[in-house]
Amino acid sequence: MRLMLRIALSLSFCAVSFSAFAEPQFPKLSGRVVDQANMISASVEAEIAALSEAHEQATGNQVVVVTLPDLQGYAIEDFGYQLGRHWGIGQSDKNNGVLLIASEAERKIRIEVGYGLEGELTDAIASNIINAQITPSFKRAQFDAGFVVGTRSVIDALGGEYQMRTASSKKQGAPTNWVFLIFVVFFFVIPSLFGRSSIWALIGLSALAGSGGRGRGGGGFGGGGFGGGGGSFGGGGASGGW
Amino acid sequence: MVLFTRLAFLSAILMLLSSCGINNIPTFDEQVKAAWSQVENQYQRRADLIPNLVETVKGFANQEKDTLTAVVEARSKVSSMQVDSNLINDPQKLQQFEQAQQQLSGALSRLMVVVERYPDLKSNQNFLALQSQLEGTENRIAVSRRDYIAAVQLYNVEIRTFPGRIWHSLMYSEMALRETFEATAENADQAPKVSF
Repeated sequence: MRLMLRIALSLSFCAVSFSAFAEPQFPKLSGRVVDQANMISASVEAEIAALSEAHEQATGNQVVVVTLPDLQGYAIEDFGYQLGRHWGIGQSDKNNGVLLIASEAERKIRIEVGYGLEGELTDAIASNIINAQITPSFKRAQFDAGFVVGTRSVIDALGGEYQMRTASSKKQGAPTNWVFLIFVVFFFVIPSLFGRSSIWALIGLSALAGSGGRGRGGGGFGGGGFGGGGGSFGGGGASGGW
Repeated sequence: MVLFTRLAFLSAILMLLSSCGINNIPTFDEQVKAAWSQVENQYQRRADLIPNLVETVKGFANQEKDTLTAVVEARSKVSSMQVDSNLINDPQKLQQFEQAQQQLSGALSRLMVVVERYPDLKSNQNFLALQSQLEGTENRIAVSRRDYIAAVQLYNVEIRTFPGRIWHSLMYSEMALRETFEATAENADQAPKVSF
């Protein structure tokens, strides 16, 4: 009887699996934008998700944007490919997933490229996207702009349409010009049309609109049921910091 | 009817056996081999990048002859090694291979330190592209090595632990435990740092 019990016990261990390595804690794949660090506004999250969804429908490639509060002591290169494998971004037969990862505490950014897309989104292109497109925005704390331009560039690169850029492109000047133009319109053109009293109403309105647009986090990914297709990653891509 | 029940019994036994891991050891062994060929691929990829890199650096920093020669020599040593799947069955050869690759890593990282002194080179688009490819490849090497170590671990654990141990002694006794990478020197897992 005791012998039987022993054999039964040791057989039950047969089913117990073990994990070979200590793995970091991964966030849940809640959608195409997993904004754990609340760096992206809700409207921009929706914009990026729409870009990614359209691209997936056209090509089957999966592009996911991730922000993390910190990297739990791992290097971003270590964290990135394990996260991609854990989620299985990309189709399992094509390994066609891309992760755009930013970690707030370490101020690190990485484009992690699945095995199957290393030919289109080469390390050199990924590095160029980070250094010439994303980092300049991030340095000015314009995370929304950086993530949008980053996602667009990744998608362009996957379609073979990305043009290498130098880090100091004239694009950097554009936002300030826009701010200046809006300033002129609000404070000089419109008041001259409507008279002085309307200034405050306009300021109030714009503040409302601004707070509405900048509301952080909570951008739930309603329905859709986005999930990885079992794609794998082998450490391709590039890293940078801001 | 008797034949039918016998067949059913036999197939039930077969299914039971395969679910208890009779095929695990050869399966895991194949995974180890696949993981190893990935390691080789990535090392090869790095070796392929080097001629271009050396040419580009030469154009801007020809006076760094010593560093460049060290890279070229380390690379030719690596490429002259006979690399096939037998390498992982021979711990001594594996160690030699590792040493040669590490020498190349060291020479390359010294080169990357030296180029910091040449601003023209550092802003050259061609060089930047090569540099990011080299970084990416070093990272791929690290990932594939880790995958290989994990595959070897899975295989070794299967042989040493309970159900696998029995299958090993019954059927696969010719398949030995595998060696994995060993650190040849202190901190050998880290890329060498050079300060001036």
